[in-house]
Amino acid sequence: MEQTKSSKLRVNPSALFLSFSRISLSSFGGAIFWARRELVERRGWLTDREFVEIFTLGQLLPGPNVLNVTVIVGHRFAGWTGAAAGVAGFLGWPVLVVVGMGVLYQHYGALPHVRQALAGMSSVAAGLLFATVVKLAMVLPRNWRPWLFGALAFAGVGIMRWPLLWVMCALAPGAIFVAWKERE
Amino acid sequence: MERLNLVEMFLHFLVLWFLAIGGPSAIFPDIHRYLVESRQLLTNAEFVELYTLAQVAPGPNAMYVTLIGWHLAGWKGVIATTIPLLIPATTLTLLVGHLNERYPGARFGRVVRRALTPITIGLVLASATILMRAVNHNWGGYLITLLTVIVVLRKSWSPLWLFAAGALAGVAGLI
Repeated sequence: MEQTKSSKLRVNPSALFLSFSRISLSSFGGAIFWARRELVERRGWLTDREFVEIFTLGQLLPGPNVLNVTVIVGHRFAGWTGAAAGVAGFLGWPVLVVVGMGVLYQHYGALPHVRQALAGMSSVAAGLLFATVVKLAMVLPRNWRPWLFGALAFAGVGIMRWPLLWVMCALAPGAIFVAWKERE
Repeated sequence: MERLNLVEMFLHFLVLWFLAIGGPSAIFPDIHRYLVESRQLLTNAEFVELYTLAQVAPGPNAMYVTLIGWHLAGWKGVIATTIPLLIPATTLTLLVGHLNERYPGARFGRVVRRALTPITIGLVLASATILMRAVNHNWGGYLITLLTVIVVLRKSWSPLWLFAAGALAGVAGLI
């Protein structure tokens, strides 16, 4: 487990492709668990600490978190080729699966039983999102300022249905200013 | 389909992905607004069904945009909706990753993260309510949503089992 200077390690792009294919195809509802298992436990390319640092960075940046992790890890071990190989493995298979689903949906999406099943699954999907909100909100500090920005974002985008770009331009500078002024 | 402008959709999605801090759920409300309300390319029901289908596919949750692209315009649509999600990851991520190695522990990154987390929570809540209003037409749907929240917060079961249970409840006529 103990590794020093793993950043010097070079990895073959095809190994990156295979690893990120495995992560992608085993991850249903959140790839992060599988990414850690593959990169830290199975391959030993990253230490736990390195993995947490890269994941935190991936969360801070826009876009799917584990895709950001894929790009950083691929680039670190094999440059641009490695980043491309990792992304091809991570996104290529899901794109094919999803296109297959699209074909099935066009053929069978109108059947009553399919629509009933999808309706039940959509109610579950809504529940998953509410649960995500609860989990995220539990880590917020216990003062009113962060809640104010969250409420404004919800009202602007969810109730007023304003474009996200406007809402972010209006809220983000204020939120960053307040967070900067606060003591850590 | 004359309302469908792939270049415009590509550019709209590109701007959105640069705002998608906290992942794809943060931009779900705006994707819904654009496709269902503003451009009327999909009905509310189609949007919800495609989103839900993609949730049971492997890989990142964001793949629903790829499925919508396929539904609207085949492979061209896949490109118009999927390439935009790659661009912030390849440009910003590598740039910031580089800066992070040169200036480790910079305060600005932590501040931005702390500042934007509550906004992300508000946006995910907006996603959840839009989806719930679109799909739940009677008490059965709300009950399934509520049960899902309770189960997810108490157990660490795979979401696939919950989706399977939801599908069964739907076929049984509970929704």
